[in-house]
Order: sequence, then structure tokens, then C-alpha cells
Amino acid sequence: MKELVVISGKGGTGKTSVVASFAALAPSAVMADCDVDAADLHLILKPDIFSSNDFSGGSAAQVLPEGCTGCGTCLKVCRFDAITVNNRVYRVDPIACEGCGICSHFCPEKTIEFGPAINGQWFLSETRHGPMAHAKLGIAQENSGKLVTLVRAQAKKLAQERGQELIIIDGSPGIGCPVIASLTGADLVLAVTEPTMSGRHDLQRVIDLAKHFGVTLIVCINKWDLNEDMTRLIEKDANQQGVTVAGSIRYDRAVTEAQIGGLALVEYVSSGAAQDMKQLWGTIADLLR
Amino acid sequence: MPMKIAIASGKGGTGKTTIAANLAHLFSQQGRKVAYLDCDVEAPNGHIFLKPQLTKRSPATTLVPQIDPSRCTHCGECGRICQFNALLCLPDQVVTFPEMCHACGGCSLVCHAKAITETPREIGSIDQGMAGSIHFASGLLNIGEAMSPPLIRALKSKAEEGEVTIVDAPPGTSCPVIESIRDCDYVALVTEPTPFGLSDLKLAVEMVRAVGLPCGIVVNRAGLNEQPMLDFCTEQNVSILAQVPDDRRVAEAYSRGELICEALPDFQARFFSLMVAIETAIL
Repeated sequence: MKELVVISGKGGTGKTSVVASFAALAPSAVMADCDVDAADLHLILKPDIFSSNDFSGGSAAQVLPEGCTGCGTCLKVCRFDAITVNNRVYRVDPIACEGCGICSHFCPEKTIEFGPAINGQWFLSETRHGPMAHAKLGIAQENSGKLVTLVRAQAKKLAQERGQELIIIDGSPGIGCPVIASLTGADLVLAVTEPTMSGRHDLQRVIDLAKHFGVTLIVCINKWDLNEDMTRLIEKDANQQGVTVAGSIRYDRAVTEAQIGGLALVEYVSSGAAQDMKQLWGTIADLLR
Repeated sequence: MPMKIAIASGKGGTGKTTIAANLAHLFSQQGRKVAYLDCDVEAPNGHIFLKPQLTKRSPATTLVPQIDPSRCTHCGECGRICQFNALLCLPDQVVTFPEMCHACGGCSLVCHAKAITETPREIGSIDQGMAGSIHFASGLLNIGEAMSPPLIRALKSKAEEGEVTIVDAPPGTSCPVIESIRDCDYVALVTEPTPFGLSDLKLAVEMVRAVGLPCGIVVNRAGLNEQPMLDFCTEQNVSILAQVPDDRRVAEAYSRGELICEALPDFQARFFSLMVAIETAIL
């Protein structure tokens, strides 16, 4: 079984559009949407959920007002400005609370409750292109990395149960905890970039990240004809570092039209950018073999 | 009254930095003292457009426990209080995992033997300088570091504030975004009229409301399929601050790292009215 992770550094370069087309093109794959705090793959794959579960990635504190004497110990020990005082009433601000529990530990009246918090939900689904594991991080919740790890593990389990050979993971932007959780130990990482100065700058960050964690990274340049000089510069950067440019996708309004229609690009049209997408998939399928 | 405006988005790549950099530029052209903070420390791009002269780079650190084995009595308290698996208490030693540490300080507080001191660990750096008359500050997370909120906190405490402070937030709706926007007066959410843009906008509006801040919407790349987004804004009573039309010239100027207000003077009026709309919303 192989894991292909699609990331980008910079947001909005087309990760999810690429993953949706790969889902349509791969003969037997499980999909995992690991962009848990802004998931979009479900808008195209329209999953039919067969298992829905709560996710608890950490704990949260809560002051029980009846026992509170207003001594202020919690306020002194909290480093996250999560204790608010209003008319001598102490509260834990759930948004600011880091879930460390030291307010509860040091409360002399033992009147701060500390226990598991529900941080989101995760789902297992059927889609027209195969099974899918996905999630929804609760609003303003922490522990996105843990939820990503869980979604990945569930996708692996689905693949094992169904004898599927490939897991395609839609990652998040950036280089922080959810991205690290989505790529460590993966077989292949595809970075989708765009020919802009920002795209080039952020691509370097993910190339360095992949190197740091010892995973193989390849690149695809989306909307390559938007700035051909920049495309050449990105290709040069990649070559100099021994990174393969696996494909380029032209700028094509059909990409947005397909999204509005709730379809993967390769389901919507067969020419233009869809053709580039198929070629890219062919190259990647060969690399995964 | 000084004001602090966050530019956030939910979905990535909708144009946060474009809006933030152009706003900073326009505010400073009005003769205001402007500070620009790039809080997208995982993938910061503000410097590409504002081209600051960086004069200062300082390390950003977070505190991690250091165990003095000669004092440690192996009581195991530190391992029990740590919620983040940053300390593993073995029978004869305590092993620390600094990258897991959230710097809550619980372990050192709970240690009766006073065997734990907290020492700084570098997680990234902070660049500061001037972009014309704009006070520029940007954070850069070290490769391999998982947690950006401590760096965002450090950046915000170090950076100079202006009469107008523009906070360029990271994408998403989780902790790095919350850390970026939580002390701001107003959040401008930049979105695009696509199904992905709308879906992530809904999450972003919920997130901003959970933090308890007022917000308005900037529709970027307008002209595709606005109706569902306009309906959502009406239904949720969220005001639309500006619509920036979809134009290949904007994308091309962006790709070269240019400020839209400078590269395309016909767009300046739109950014100007956005600036006025935000200021009116705050006052």
C-alpha cells in the first residue's frame, strides 16, 4: 500500500482540485482529506457518510463557580491569558485555553474541572471514486495534527479492509503541525505550486520540510502559463535541488467551472487543463509503481 | 484611536496578502503611522510585496524544561501534569521531548525538588524593518517546527504598533489564526466566489464570531458566481466591504510581486473604498 500526499506551502494553489481529479483517475484508491480546518474535498466527492465519530484530541478546563473563592491562583499560573475575571467571577476562556490543566492542578479549592474536550468529528464515507476518510475540526479548536494523524490511520484501515493499493491525501497549506502530521512516513509528496513569487518562496519551504523529514517530494506547477518566466525559475530551482517537476497544468477557467459544477476537472472536460492533469497522473502512477 | 485590523480567510490563496499589503500601503499614503505584521509565519509573503529594508533579525524562542538529574527524585509528578507528552518519566531518568512542549510551565511549578528550570529554545525568527514609512515585522517558523502560535505571540509582542496596524493572518480556522486575530479590533475576511471559497468562509465567520470580533467580507476575483456568497452574507448579516473583480492583470502583477495599487492604478479606487469601509465599520 502506498500513500501519496498533496501539499503546497502557499494556500489556494489547487491542491484539492488536483486530488479530486486523481480520485477520478486512480482505479483503486482511498481518499483522505487531511485539511481538517478548511476541508473542501467533500464538495466534489459528495461523500455518503457511513460512520461518524467524535474526536477528542485534548482536554479543557472549566471553573465551577460555586466553589470558587476568587483567590486568583489560576490567573497567576495560566500562561495563555485564558483566565478572565469579571466582577470577581473567574472563568476559563475556552478559545484561549491551551488544555494544559495547571489551573485545575493548583486550584486550592479543587473547583476547576479538567477533562476531555470534544475537538471535532471524523467520518468514513463512500464516494463515487472510492472510500474516503475525512474530518471537521471544531470551530476554534486545537489539536489539528492529532486529527490529521487519526484521519490518515482510518484511511489506512479502510485501504487494508478493502484491499486497495493507494491512499491519496489532501493536505493543508503551510509547513506546521497538520502538514507535518500528513507527510511523515508517506511514500510520495506532491507539492502543487503556482508561478508567482509567493508560490516560489513557499515551495522552497515545503522542499526543505520534505528534506527535513526524509520524504520524497515532486512538484507540479499549476497555471504555469500565468507567468512563464517564473515557471522557468521554479523549474530551475527544482532541478538544482534534484527535485522532479512531474507536470505542469495550464491556466484554464474550466477548473473553476468544474468546481462550481461539483465535479472533478477530468469529469467535467477532457481537453485543456484536464489533459495536463491526466498526464500528471500518468507520471505519478508510474512513480508510485 | 489606534486600530488593529486582521486580514484572514479560511481558505488559502484567496488574496489575504494582496489585500493586507495594499491596505498598509494606502493607509500610509494618507500620512498615518502604519504597522504591518506578517503572522503567516509558516509561509510569509508580505515582504515580497512591501519590499522592506530589514534592519533587525531576532530569534523567537519558547520555554522548554531542563532537568537537573542531581536534584531529580524521580517522583514522576512532572510526567503526570504534562498534557502534551513532553516529559517521559523512566525509573532512573526523565526524558524530555522539547518539540512537544507547549510551555505551560506546569512541570517546573509542580517539581518539589526544584530540579526543573525552563530554558529558551529557538523555534523561528522575527524580521523587522521599514517599508517606506510602514513599520514592517514578519515571523519565520523554523523548518520542522510544528507549533506556530508561540512564534505569532512573540512577533506580536515584539512588533511596533501603528495608528493603523495590519495583521496578515495565516489561512485556516484553527490555533494559528486565533492567535493572530485575538487582540484585533476587526477582521476582514478575504474570500473568492467559488464553492471552496464559500465553504471555508462559513467556517471563518463562525470562528471570528467564536472569538467575539466584528467582521466584514472582501470578495476577491468577483465576477464568477457571487450569488450564493451574497445570499450567505445577507442571511448571516455580514457586510461586504468590497468586491475586487477577477482580472488576469491582477494575477500577473501579483505573480511578479507588485502592489496592485501601484501596478494597476484603475484598481486604486476600489482599495481606497475598502479602506474607508473598514474604518467606518470600526468607528
